[in-house]
Amino acid sequence: MSSQPARRRRLEVEDIGDIAVVNFVDKKILDEQNIQMIGDDLFKLVDELGRHKILLNFGNVEFMSSAALGKLIQLNKKVQAVKGKLVLCKIAKDILDVFKITKLDRVLTIVPNEQAGLQAF
Amino acid sequence: MDSDFCAEVTISSDLAEARRVQEMIEQALVAHNYSEHDIFSIKLALEEALVNAIKHGNQMDPEKRVYITYRVTHQRFDVRITDEGPGFNPADVPDPTDPDNIERACGRGLLLMRGFMTAVEFHGRGNIVTMTKTRGNNSDD
Repeated sequence: MSSQPARRRRLEVEDIGDIAVVNFVDKKILDEQNIQMIGDDLFKLVDELGRHKILLNFGNVEFMSSAALGKLIQLNKKVQAVKGKLVLCKIAKDILDVFKITKLDRVLTIVPNEQAGLQAF
Repeated sequence: MDSDFCAEVTISSDLAEARRVQEMIEQALVAHNYSEHDIFSIKLALEEALVNAIKHGNQMDPEKRVYITYRVTHQRFDVRITDEGPGFNPADVPDPTDPDNIERACGRGLLLMRGFMTAVEFHGRGNIVTMTKTRGNNSDD
C-alpha cells in the first residue's frame, strides 16, 4: 500500500499571446511536498518550456504559508535571469498581508486582477 | 453558547497531525463566531509555529512530540506550543525584510507569526512559544 500521492496537475496554464497565465488548482498552498511540486512545475515553465513572461493568478488560492514564498522568489529570479517578468495577480486580502508583512510586495510585481496583470508586461 | 473551550493535544513530529490540530482549532474558532480574518491569522500563525516545532525543533524525529495547549474564548485565542528540540534564540534569527535577506528562500515564519497575532513570546530555551490573538477590531489594518 502506498500513501504516495499521485503526480497530479497542480497548475492550469493558459497562453495569452506570449504570456503564460498560471492558475493554481489547489486552494491551499501548504505542505512542503506539494510546494516542491508546484515549484518544479513553475520552474519547468521557464527552464524547459521557455516561457519568460509569467502571470500567476492567485484567484483560487485561499491559504498560503511562508513555505511557498521561497518558490516565488526563486521563480522571480529565474525569470529575471532570462530578461523576462513575473507578475502576481488576484491575491486575496489576507494573503496579500503575507506579502506586505514580509515586504515581498516590494520585490515582486503584484497587481489587483488578471487584466492589469496582462498589461503589466 | 460561547463558553470557553480548552484543549491539550500531543502529536508526533508529523505535519499531517499538525494539520489535524489546526482543523480542530479552526472548528472551535468557527463555533465561537470568529471572523474569517481572525481565523486566517490564527491558522497562518499555527501553521508557521507547528512547522517550526516539527521541522526545526524536533528535526522531524518521529520519537519526539509536540505539545499543544489552546483556549478559545469569546474575547481571545491563546495557544502554547512546546517541542522537544534544543530551542533557539529568536534574536538570532536574521531580519527577513533586510535587503540582504529579502530574497532568501526561508526564514519568514516568525515575522508572519508576529504580524498576524497580537502577541508572540518564546520561553524556556526557545522551544516553547505562546501566541495570543485578541478578537478583532480588524477594521484597522
